[in-house]
Order: sequence, then structure tokens, then C-alpha cells
Amino acid sequence: MENQEDSKEALFRQQQLERARELVTLMESGDEEGAGRLIEEMGRMHESLLFQELGKLTRDLHEALNSFRLDSRLSELTHQDIPDAKERLNYVVAMTDQAAHRTLNAVEAALPVSEALANRARILGADWARFRQREMTVDEFRSVSQALADFLQDTERDAETLRSQLSEVLMAQDFQDLTGQVIRRVMTLVQDLEDNLVGLVRISGKRLSTPEGKDRDAGVQPTGPAVKGTSDHGDVVKSQDDVDDLLSSLGF
Amino acid sequence: MKILIVDDFSTMRRIIKNLLRDLGYNNTAEADDGSTALPMLQNGNYDFLVTDWNMPGMPGIDLLRAVRADPRLKDMPVLMVTAEAKREQIVEAAQAGVNGYIVKPFTAETLKEKINKIFERLQEKG
Repeated sequence: MENQEDSKEALFRQQQLERARELVTLMESGDEEGAGRLIEEMGRMHESLLFQELGKLTRDLHEALNSFRLDSRLSELTHQDIPDAKERLNYVVAMTDQAAHRTLNAVEAALPVSEALANRARILGADWARFRQREMTVDEFRSVSQALADFLQDTERDAETLRSQLSEVLMAQDFQDLTGQVIRRVMTLVQDLEDNLVGLVRISGKRLSTPEGKDRDAGVQPTGPAVKGTSDHGDVVKSQDDVDDLLSSLGF
Repeated sequence: MKILIVDDFSTMRRIIKNLLRDLGYNNTAEADDGSTALPMLQNGNYDFLVTDWNMPGMPGIDLLRAVRADPRLKDMPVLMVTAEAKREQIVEAAQAGVNGYIVKPFTAETLKEKINKIFERLQEKG
């Protein structure tokens, strides 16, 4: 490309030089009229080159502006997707916060229960050992026997408490799926933004090219959890009850 | 009762697996998207499918359609457990022949209720 430019310029200079020599010859021979014509011609050549360059510049500018206008994805990104992404990341913070508290609450409720069970088992274990070694009076045995009955009953109840707290911990882990889907979506956005910025740099840079306008997903594509305060909120159900109502309206 | 759980997040698969165990269903297997799940279903004598919607690879809605299109699998009950909550999506799943639809996040009670309902209906039919 550059070689071509160089040779073009060399050719132009060569032609100019030839004309200049011709001009000298004409003037030396006293052909004033011929010399005048030649000067005029040389000026015109310069002018037409200038217009060509100007024309090329104008066309580049026009194409750059056009491709910029075509690439509406970028303005969509800045107007909608970036503010949406902020809300989505807020959702991630809120969900992880909620899940951590839910887990901690369950752990804090379960720990004293298991500690109390362990303490009572230890005391009863010591009593039981004394009984087996026949070191216990009848009265003492009566009270230990009652304590043992209470303990067994309470153990059944406390084990159920522990089970339900552990289930709570289990269910609290659903945040990983929900926030994972949202984070993936934001990652796609960042990638999209990067592609568009690269395209922008390309059109404003030396090499002109038109970035392809990406088609937005057609039809109903899965989008992960609907996040409040984003463009997600079209026709989204608010609860499992809404889902059930909708399905029963469809004859389910 | 052999159940296949399909979700791209292993945490969610474990949650569902534990909830099913709680409900007395111990025989479960897992897959992380539709294209892994389909051959398992075709070769594995499963009785029930629990699937997510949004998964890289083959999404749950396509898996549902593939199951309904397969002569040997077409009657298998399918429960969708997903974060997809748009009305048109629920309608789409219903039209594709889903037997139940649960929106995440869900509770253990909801899962139990929907599974019981699906089996009650199947018994009524059968």
C-alpha cells in the first residue's frame, strides 16, 4: 500500500519535473503563450489532487459516522445494560448476604442444642457407669431413671430441631445457582462491551472497518433470575402461586 | 423410583438430591445439561426427570421437547425447576408438555407438593 503511494508520488514528481524542464525550454525559446498554458495546467493538476484527497477524507468520515450510527448496540449498552448490570451485581450482593445470614442463623440455633445434648449425655453416662458398678442407692437410681427417660424424649425432639436447621443450611445454598446465573450474564455483557469498544477504536483508527451489528437474541431466551430494577421486569411472575395460577388457567 | 436431576450448578443438584432423599427417593442420578441427560434417559430406565431451564449446551426446554419426541420417553413425568419466571416461558413449557413448574428460589414444601401432585395425577390416569 505504502509502496504504491510512494511510486504514485514519484511518478507525479517525475511528471512535474518534466513539465518544469519543458517550461524552461518554452521560456528560453520566447514562447510566452505556451509557457502560460503550461503554468495553468500545472496548477490544475495540483488542484485536482487536492480535491481527490478531500473527497477521500469526506467519504471516510461519512462511512465512519454511518457505521457508528448502525452500531446501536453500543448506545443500548450504555443506556440500559450497564445500569442493569449494576442492579444485577447488587442482587448478587443481597443474595449472598441473605444466604450467609440464613446459614449463620441456622448454625447459631443448632450449636447450643447439640452442646446441651452432649452435656446431658455426659452426665447421664457417668451416672450410668456408677449404676453398673452398683454404687447407686435406690432413690438415686429412681431420679437417674427419670432423667434418662426425659433425655431420650428430648433427644428425639432436639434431633428434629437439628435436622430442620440443617435443611435450612441446605436450602440457603441455592444462592450459588441464582447468583451464578446473574454473574454469567454480567460477564457476557462485559465481553459484549469490550467487543463494541474494540469496534469503536477500529472505526476511529487508521484502518476503517464496519463493526458488525450484533443481533440481539431472538425469541424467548433463558435469562436467569429476574432482577428488580432492571429491564427484566416485563411479564414476570412474582411467586410460585402466580406460576400455579397461570398453569391452572392453561388447564393444568 | 429412579430420578434424573439436571442442572448446570452442582450446588443446586445437591440441594434437589437431598430434598428428594428427604422425601424418600434415594435412587437419583445427575447430569449438567440436556445433551448429557438425554443419552442417560435413553439408556437408564428413569421414572422421573427434574430439570433446570437455563443451561449452557442443551437447555431444559429442548431436553423436554426431546423427551416428548422420543417414543420410549414421551410419557416420562418432567418437573422443571428454574429461575426463568416470564409468563411466556411458563406457557412455552406447558405447551411443550411439562408436568410441573417450580420457580427458584423455592422451598422444600413446594418441591414436595409438586412431586406429590404429579404422581397423584399419573395414578389417576393410570
